[in-house]
Amino acid sequence: MSSARFDFIPLVLLAAIALGALALIGSPATWVTLTVAGLAMGLLIFIMSSGLTLVFGLMDVMNFAHGLFIAVGAYVAASLVRLFPAQAGSESFAANLVALAPALLAAMAAAGLLGLFFERVIIRPVYGQHLKQILITTGGMIVAEQLIHVIWGPDLITLERPGSLRGAILFGDVALEKYRLAAVLLGLAVFVGLAVVLNRTKIGLLIRAGVENGEMVEAMGYRIRRLFIAVFVAGSALAGLGGALWGMYQEAVTVAIGAQMIVLIFIVIIIGGLGSVTGCFVGALAVGLLANYVSYLSPKVALGSNILLMVIVLLWRPRGLYPAGGR
Amino acid sequence: MAEPLLALAGVQTHIGRYHILQGVDFAVPNGELTMLLGRNGAGKTTTLRTIMGLWRASQGSIRFEGADVSALSTPAIADLGIAYVPESMAIFAGLTVEENLILAARSGPLDSARLDWIFGFFGALKKFWHLPAGLLSGGQKQMLAVARAIVEPRKLILIDEPTKGLAPSIINNLIAALAELKKTATTVLMVEQNFHAARSLGDSVAVMDGGRIVHAGRMADLAADAALQSRLLGLSLDAHQ
Repeated sequence: MSSARFDFIPLVLLAAIALGALALIGSPATWVTLTVAGLAMGLLIFIMSSGLTLVFGLMDVMNFAHGLFIAVGAYVAASLVRLFPAQAGSESFAANLVALAPALLAAMAAAGLLGLFFERVIIRPVYGQHLKQILITTGGMIVAEQLIHVIWGPDLITLERPGSLRGAILFGDVALEKYRLAAVLLGLAVFVGLAVVLNRTKIGLLIRAGVENGEMVEAMGYRIRRLFIAVFVAGSALAGLGGALWGMYQEAVTVAIGAQMIVLIFIVIIIGGLGSVTGCFVGALAVGLLANYVSYLSPKVALGSNILLMVIVLLWRPRGLYPAGGR
Repeated sequence: MAEPLLALAGVQTHIGRYHILQGVDFAVPNGELTMLLGRNGAGKTTTLRTIMGLWRASQGSIRFEGADVSALSTPAIADLGIAYVPESMAIFAGLTVEENLILAARSGPLDSARLDWIFGFFGALKKFWHLPAGLLSGGQKQMLAVARAIVEPRKLILIDEPTKGLAPSIINNLIAALAELKKTATTVLMVEQNFHAARSLGDSVAVMDGGRIVHAGRMADLAADAALQSRLLGLSLDAHQ
């Protein structure tokens, strides 16, 4: 995410996906609708996956329980929104904020605290041991999912979109869902915020340096473990936020919401280059766009299309679109 | 005799099942540049990494300013005023030259007077100030690696083979820079295979073989004794100028 000499070539991939879809879809109005839907989905995936890519980049930790933070964020948001039914259903955005702001903040706080617990109790004993990380984080996720069943029950619960963000805005033949536009704006805001932190603050420099060479950062006197805990908690909180927003996007929450997203999230961080936030951003947009275009053109191959995308990207750039450090 | 800044006594280091350091004893006098010489695989890099806490000593003591630091974490050791320039240079390739130095300046903003002093012998760093460090040449990366270690005054600098793989003109530039650093009475422990650099910079010397120190003394004495050089290093310094 360095400001100097930005590599624009991977952006060609996004243009190729979008223009290729335009040629296949034919209808510009449908294409615009699908593109906005793809961008919204991609940016929500970016919010959920940006923390995981930094966690992997900084400490080489493979956290398969990341989907749990997504699920917890969605459930906590759903619970909070239900406390303010009138405000959530109002067509006034200001009134919606009364319900939305505490719901999203609580989702982030709950996921962040759960992330802190996971890092301290589950992951800390297995630093540097990939196989054990996979096993123990997967096991931790299974246990935590059962706890979600205990707290919220096994049934699907609804998480309706705020009243002011229901429906669509029409531009001629083009219908753009308000919630998707809001998701695009929020996703861009998160990306810009992360970009500012990573490029304009010393803590951001430390994170970028730590992704490249954590040992050297420690040799310069910085406690990278503390930095890692902070990034882990922030990444978990972002996953919680993404989970809440994704739950509203689907207007339903189940315990499987995290597990369903984790496949796409891993595809995104591998495509982007492990540890790269810029790569995660571009990868998420590519995955979101492709998923929506292919779902329209040929629904049966939607998930397979993203795996194919990953194969193509890795054949083109084996270390991902924006390799970070020596990964 | 004044107490040395750094003293190793009976230091042993294991890496996995390999017993690398097998009882290292030597001292680094305050204000001097001490050369650590030896053949490949003698344990020189392991010694520096063990001092820095990057590998743990399994036995022995490492005393810095009289206090045992062998159990401290790497950041705590760095906090004592010890800087490390690894053999790999370990510059942060995605960060600019400026950002690399900002991170190295632990105590606050970059000191412009100190930067000007560094630019005096590493002019390329000023020229490529805003360039990602990964785009620098090998010599420029080494300049940056050394500059990071000296961007603030340190009590001790550990430098691992700074001339390795560099062109002769760059090596001369580096030797001149380290000579400037010596004028500030900064204590340096440097691993080096280039004997011309070792002789021109070293005040004292320790020679390693098989994970132990086999000779310690004044660099001038070793440089003047061809037979000793041949016995310790298997070659003569004069043959490598």
